[in-house]
Amino acid sequence: MTALTIYKRELSSYFAQPTAYAIIVIFLALSMGLTFSFGNFMRVGDASLEWTFFFWHPWIFMLLAPAVGMKLWADEQRTGTIELLGTFPLSIWSAIIGKYLAAATVWLVALALTFPIVLTVNYLGTPDNGAIFAGYLGSFLVCCTFLAITMLVSACTRDQVVCLIVSVAICVTMVLCGYDDFTRELGKAVSPAVVEAVTALGVWEHFRSLNRGLFRLQDVVWFGSFIVVCLLGTSAILSAKRA
Amino acid sequence: MIEVENLTKQFGSKRAVDDLTFTVKKGEVLGFLGPNGAGKSTTMRMITGFIPPTSGDARVCGISVIDEPKKAKTKIGYLPESAPLYHDMTVIGFLKFCASVRGLSGTAKNDAVERAIDTCFLNSVARQSIDTLSKGYRHRTCLAQALLHDPEVLILDEPTDGLDPNQKHEVRQLIKRLGREKAILFSTHILEEVEAACTRAVIVDCGKIVADGTPAELIEQSGTGSLTDLFRSLTTRDTEAAA
Repeated sequence: MTALTIYKRELSSYFAQPTAYAIIVIFLALSMGLTFSFGNFMRVGDASLEWTFFFWHPWIFMLLAPAVGMKLWADEQRTGTIELLGTFPLSIWSAIIGKYLAAATVWLVALALTFPIVLTVNYLGTPDNGAIFAGYLGSFLVCCTFLAITMLVSACTRDQVVCLIVSVAICVTMVLCGYDDFTRELGKAVSPAVVEAVTALGVWEHFRSLNRGLFRLQDVVWFGSFIVVCLLGTSAILSAKRA
Repeated sequence: MIEVENLTKQFGSKRAVDDLTFTVKKGEVLGFLGPNGAGKSTTMRMITGFIPPTSGDARVCGISVIDEPKKAKTKIGYLPESAPLYHDMTVIGFLKFCASVRGLSGTAKNDAVERAIDTCFLNSVARQSIDTLSKGYRHRTCLAQALLHDPEVLILDEPTDGLDPNQKHEVRQLIKRLGREKAILFSTHILEEVEAACTRAVIVDCGKIVADGTPAELIEQSGTGSLTDLFRSLTTRDTEAAA
């Protein structure tokens, strides 16, 4: 119940300020821009959206997701409102869950607003809408993973800029880790075992299978456990900071 | 109402609060005096359950903040030192949020918010964004937050800090009035405030109680008829501490 109260407050705070609008507009511009330019949407004639549209999402999220999540705890610590939250009769988990879901909702709205592209491919061809849905699920999970990382980092610092830079660095690493061109170059320098270990950290393997419309339990578990670990870490850091 | 027993807080090698024991009964307003860094805020943060003590316990209405923090926190209204607020909200929005977190809903919530606004003279700014308020109004908004759930215990960390003389007077009168039915612990370093609002006062220095009594007793103890003289003779000046 208190998680819902926190969720509502956080969500209205995103939409009461320009933050959410700015990020959603930039996301839409970038995702559509990339789809129609480098994605060659009009020439490829691929209605699945896999390479033309979803392919760009991890690249955009690695930069923009931390911008949504950076204030979650950093701002709370800078302004001292964490002292109010800490003395209200609520568990730290309701605050973590409420805040996390609010940030995730902003991205849900952003992703939902890309609906014209789905209408377009349905008008132009006969795509497998189930696969498109799986693509959206994959995108959203990647985004949620990046948000969870940002939340963990934001619990560590009261400075939003530090939080943004560190989170972006981690997310960029996770995107590059599993990207083919990067692993190929890495393979020339280090042993295959190391490459495999690095690839496992990356988001591509799990994102790609969902993107192809292949719903594998292991991918959902991978994203899910990553998020849970980050949220557990957030709770541990917040408790440790108060001790 | 408030029972503090052997409360101790150690930050690394520094002992911020050293084996503090005192009680505040119903109908009592206890002034908590001491120089900056004496451990006043730390003590208050421990009683409100924001930070855990190294050892000792604090009980509010017989409920231990260590064993049953959530239950104890429902009995306390707390005004933190810097009066932190969510700046993106309106006064009424913020108070409604706090009331919801405190488990109030429907008419009970609206009544509580209205009463708190009346008590703290916030009517003229109720629909204004907190961002645009002057320091005095911000302070009173945070004080209103502490009164919402009509708590039995009030813990106010420097409630008159940064207010103009008129506002100071109003807040003191408010504390005095509320003190008839509640147990109030408030910290200050303005000595006239003790005579104006407190039924009892303790002076702390380096985490220990160095004087305890009614304002009249303390003035008598000073020998010169001045609380300032007593304060200066009992507490360590930071110029001395540095030497």
